[in-house]
Formats: sequence, C-alpha cells, structure tokens
Amino acid sequence: MIWLIGLGGVAGTLSRYYAGKWISAKTGSHYPWGTWFINISGSFILGILFALYARHEIPDLVWTVAGTGFCGGYTTFSTFGYETIQLVQKGERRKAVIYVVSSVAVGILFAFIGMKLA
Amino acid sequence: MDVIALVIGGFIGTILRYGLGNIIPASPDGFPLGILLINLAGCFFLGWFFTGATLRWRLRPEIRLGLGTGVTGAFTTFSTFSVQSVDLIQSAHYVAAAIYVLLSVVGGLILTFAGSKLAASQRKGQTS
Repeated sequence: MIWLIGLGGVAGTLSRYYAGKWISAKTGSHYPWGTWFINISGSFILGILFALYARHEIPDLVWTVAGTGFCGGYTTFSTFGYETIQLVQKGERRKAVIYVVSSVAVGILFAFIGMKLA
Repeated sequence: MDVIALVIGGFIGTILRYGLGNIIPASPDGFPLGILLINLAGCFFLGWFFTGATLRWRLRPEIRLGLGTGVTGAFTTFSTFSVQSVDLIQSAHYVAAAIYVLLSVVGGLILTFAGSKLAASQRKGQTS
C-alpha cells in the first residue's frame, strides 16, 4: 500500500517536472505558468476523485494512490510560495499578486467544478 | 540523473506527507490541520533551501532537484488545499474555510520569505 502511494507520488512528481518544463518553454515568460497550470489541473482532477470517493464509487486504494499519491505529488504548494517571493524580489509585485490570487481562486473553482462534474 | 533524483525525492516527499497526514489529527470540526502544517513547513524549508543553494552552497544540481523539486515539491500539495477549501465551504464551515485559505496562503508566503532571509543572512555571516 505505502509503496503504491509512493509510486503515485513519483508519477506525479515526474509529470510536474516535465509538464512544467514544457509549459515554461512554450510560454517563454518569467511568469510561472507551469506551476499555475499544474496546480489548477491537479485541483480539478482531485475534485473529481474526491466526489467519487465520497460516493463510494472508487475504492480506498484508488483514492489514496491517485489522490494522495499522484495529485499530491503532481501539485505543489512550496514551489508556488517560492515562485511568488521570487517575483516580489525581482520587483514584479503586480505579477506576484496576480499569481497568488489567480492560483488560489481558480484552483478552488476548478476543484469545485471537478466535484460537480463527477 | 535528473530522473533518479526526482523518483527518490518524489517518493520520500509523498510518503512523508501521507505519514504525517495520518499522525496529525483533524480537529473535531474537520479543520485540515495536517495539510496546513505540512504546506507551511514545506514553504519555510524550500525558501531556505533554494535560496541557500543559489547563494551559498555548492550543491550538485541533482541534489537541488531531488531535495527541492522532488521531496519538498511532493511533500507539499496544492490540490488537497483546494479540495479541502471547497469541502469546508460546502459543509457551511465558512469561517474555518476563510481561516484555512488565509493561513495557508499568507502564512506560506511569510514562511517562504523567512526561510529565504535566513539562508541569505547565513551567507552574510559566513567568513569563508
């Protein structure tokens, strides 16, 4: 069980790293779009899983491996914080505020949409 | 080497979060204390570690990647934060939801900044 959760986290971590690199290369801006997109899409997927789990439509194992493991490893709060203070330290205060407010508001909104769609 | 560092780091970070999440009890009204503490601790550590790795220490790139992007990235989580916020709102715990979001975001940013300042001041204090 613990190995499967860890492997879910490994899949999430690798997806975060490579998707983040790919998005950064595509957008080519200093704005941290990679983590932004990852945190929002992960919130959406976890919203779906949470609703299915609450209705007992997926087993405990799927919830912990895909939810706690994959979505938990895929999304990140610490990088979100670090990227924000980097924007502040570069004097990009307006970008920092937009990044924080949009990550939180859109992330919560997409978790909600995921729950409703499931 | 990047992949190996991320695999080991992501595994450790995820297991640490799962283990600590099980140990730290949710409060009776369902306030998600575990993920709050995990995210705050991870923010402080990453602010300190990435700043120290950039300014002070000569670390191998795969150590920075494995410990920062791998362990700390996987230890903290944004998706559970979002889902728990919605869950608190839907169960009409509006005050708890507001406190949870504010403590996570404002606390996380302050602690990231504090960690970064700590690493930067350690650098200045160093006589090399």
